[in-house]
Amino acid sequence: MALRALVGVKRVIDYAVKVRVKPDKTGVVTDGVKHSMNPFCEIAVEEAVRLKEKKIVSEIIAVSCGPQQCQETIRTALAMGADRGIHVDVSAKDSETLGPFQVSKILAALAKKENANMVILGKQAIDDDCNQTGQMTAALLDWPQATFASEVKVEGDKLTVVREIDGGLETISMNLPAVVTADLRLNEPRYATLPNIMKAKKKKIESVKPADLGVDTASRIQILSVEDPPQRQAGVKVETVEDLVSKLKESGCI
Amino acid sequence: MIRLSRSVLRLPAATVRCYAQTAEPAKKDGATEAQSQKQVESRSFAVGMFSGFIHTEQVFPYPSVLSEDQSQFLSELVGPVSRFFQEVNNPMLNDDLQRVDDKTMAGLKELGAFGLQVPADLGGMGLNNTQYARLVEIVGLHDLGVGITLGAHQSIGFKGILLYGTEEQKKKYLPRLASGETIAAFCLTEPSSGSDAASIRTTAKKSPCGSFYTLTGGKLWISNGGIADLFTVFAKTQIPDPSSGEIKEKITAFIVERGEGVSHGPPDKKLGIRASNTAALHFDEVRVPAENVLGGEGNGFKVAMNILNNGRFGMAAALSGTMKGMIQRAVDHATNRTQFGSKLHTFGVIQEKLARMAVLQYVTESMAYMISANMDSGAKDFQIEAAISKIFGSEAAWMVTDECIQILGGTGFMKDGGVERVLRDLRIFRIFEGTNDILRLFVSLNGLQSAGKELKSLQKAISSPLGNPQLLLKEGLRRARRRAGLGTGLTLKGHVHSEVEKSAELAVGALEDFGLVVEEVLIKYGKRIVDEQFILHRIADAAIDLYAMIVVLSRSSRSLSHGLPTAVHEKILCDIWCAEAAERVHRNLKSLRSGGGGSSLFRNLRSVSSALVENGGVVASHPLGL
Repeated sequence: MALRALVGVKRVIDYAVKVRVKPDKTGVVTDGVKHSMNPFCEIAVEEAVRLKEKKIVSEIIAVSCGPQQCQETIRTALAMGADRGIHVDVSAKDSETLGPFQVSKILAALAKKENANMVILGKQAIDDDCNQTGQMTAALLDWPQATFASEVKVEGDKLTVVREIDGGLETISMNLPAVVTADLRLNEPRYATLPNIMKAKKKKIESVKPADLGVDTASRIQILSVEDPPQRQAGVKVETVEDLVSKLKESGCI
Repeated sequence: MIRLSRSVLRLPAATVRCYAQTAEPAKKDGATEAQSQKQVESRSFAVGMFSGFIHTEQVFPYPSVLSEDQSQFLSELVGPVSRFFQEVNNPMLNDDLQRVDDKTMAGLKELGAFGLQVPADLGGMGLNNTQYARLVEIVGLHDLGVGITLGAHQSIGFKGILLYGTEEQKKKYLPRLASGETIAAFCLTEPSSGSDAASIRTTAKKSPCGSFYTLTGGKLWISNGGIADLFTVFAKTQIPDPSSGEIKEKITAFIVERGEGVSHGPPDKKLGIRASNTAALHFDEVRVPAENVLGGEGNGFKVAMNILNNGRFGMAAALSGTMKGMIQRAVDHATNRTQFGSKLHTFGVIQEKLARMAVLQYVTESMAYMISANMDSGAKDFQIEAAISKIFGSEAAWMVTDECIQILGGTGFMKDGGVERVLRDLRIFRIFEGTNDILRLFVSLNGLQSAGKELKSLQKAISSPLGNPQLLLKEGLRRARRRAGLGTGLTLKGHVHSEVEKSAELAVGALEDFGLVVEEVLIKYGKRIVDEQFILHRIADAAIDLYAMIVVLSRSSRSLSHGLPTAVHEKILCDIWCAEAAERVHRNLKSLRSGGGGSSLFRNLRSVSSALVENGGVVASHPLGL
């Protein structure tokens, strides 16, 4: 059976960039800062591509919500092996308040529109660390969900997923269609090779507006202030274990 | 040894030709081609400056040749290539293994790194020179050993097929070269033929039926020699002159596949770029089909020189990447290391080092992308600029890396620091693909050649003043003003941003001085200038400084007019460079003028050298007398 997989790819500030808070504390500096695909989304794309290589998935659709530059992120997914892309065009300003709730509504609408059998997402994005989009998408679609996946197997219309949970692994089984979110150890994503980037140039990216999907992206959240983490105070060196214990007692730690 | 030939005031192409591993056409057909090219007046800035002109077209404004699509495509390539080098390639491992690790090698092939400039319909990436430069910059930042493996393959190994190959040759070879299935090597150097490339002894005898050649000879220090299966080989061929029937020896380039009669030596042990395979090759009566002649029978020298000439900008690009990496390392150390209670970067000595490193990187990078852009817009006469970029880049990278080690101190000297490897890897760049010394002579002679031509047409005009009174009047006035120390009216106003006008004036002043000295030297020495290497060397140094000034003036002006966030920083880099370079140019040139002290210095240098040669080493007696 041939499945259609919808994969979410979020454009985030590159993991190697030292993030700076804007002087007016409304957010972080994004202008001129290197962006790339959220690493967990890369794992999601890789998993979809592997399922396609196993002939379980027949078509992979990569989706990204945000400004024009998101098309670059979609291109990366296409170069990794996705078949086509959907860019949900949200202006740069509106993107700042785009949260899991809005994105999950978009993904749910697209999953229905495209008749997807699977939605594969990263477990969270490294910018806001929300870890909510997958769960909300499953709820909105009323599909089963398998979060924090470290192994994914498809047999017929049954999905078996090994999940990373506190203290160990949990294996669950469910019916398709379903939502899967990828954890770190699910796979090691491939590099987009230059020849594949070239081939990806020919793949199609469709552009839609949230309103076309009947989604209202207005945010219910107001950002009051974004702050740097507090500066770490200088420590003290102690000579002996006794000193350490007395210092800890002094500070009320023990 | 360097072979020099003599000529009249107008230095013929043949003089320049003999500077091996340089560029520019060869022999009769090459020479006529060069002449017809020169008749369409050269638009090269470097050519113009030898006659005291400023040709602005190729240098102002700083060229940008990438279309939006090309730029977008390139931006997509940069990420994966950087990541590959950060996460997969291990330069220290490659250095220890003395070859590129298998996993990396396989990864590079998959990545598409072996066919960057091969047309897309033949399995390559179809990149232009500018796009190629940006990617090799990344390679240079991470691992020069891998850089040479890739460069020996595509920048010289099979570049001949791209430049001169027939449709059949391209179709037959390029797809498997682009995929990396077949590795290529460029085979020119021989045991008795290094800088003097025209003296090669490998021979190719044409069969009586004319359908194949029998190739015999040895090639030395061939990059990729031990891992390549396809070779661009240069060999002497006997060619009858069609008119006189006289047999002449001429070099021909061949595409040779590994097979019977082709063997290689063990990997050479080297100071640096150990990851890159270097080996001797032996061709023992190898049968090469006639259709594998590359670029036509007898045109081998031209083919070789043009291959090298077309690859030099890539070295500058790679080395600007290397410098970026070294500067990052130095800054990292300077901001984290505390001595005497302060971070290193707060000390003036370190600040000066870091600033100078940044200037050198800026100049090299500006040259690399200026030249790649000129090449991409169809310029043909970039050989002086390309040679300058190779000389400058290799020397700048050496200085930057040396200073990086100095800032890191002991850490820099230790193997685990990873910087000593870069210094070792860099050393070869001043030697191979034309030593910097030979290339300096090439820069001077090439420039003097065109200046000499210009002067000659002026002399003609003087002998028959009615023939071209306009030219005479204009030139006479220009020269008179220059002699009198008045400005010749040359200016870069309107081309440079007002913020860097002061630096532009310094550059123009240096240019005027340069034009004057070149003319004096030509008049004084005439054809004998080819033997005056002390002078040629200094003229080249001045030419390099001048071109570097123009390049940074152009780039910083563009950044200023576009209002880039780094524009002010770039202006400062430009100002630092121009202030010091202009002074250096004047000093260099002064020594060449009568009374400048040059001739007595050169005489002394010559006498010391001959004493050493006579004595087989140091001559002065020991201070202790024992």
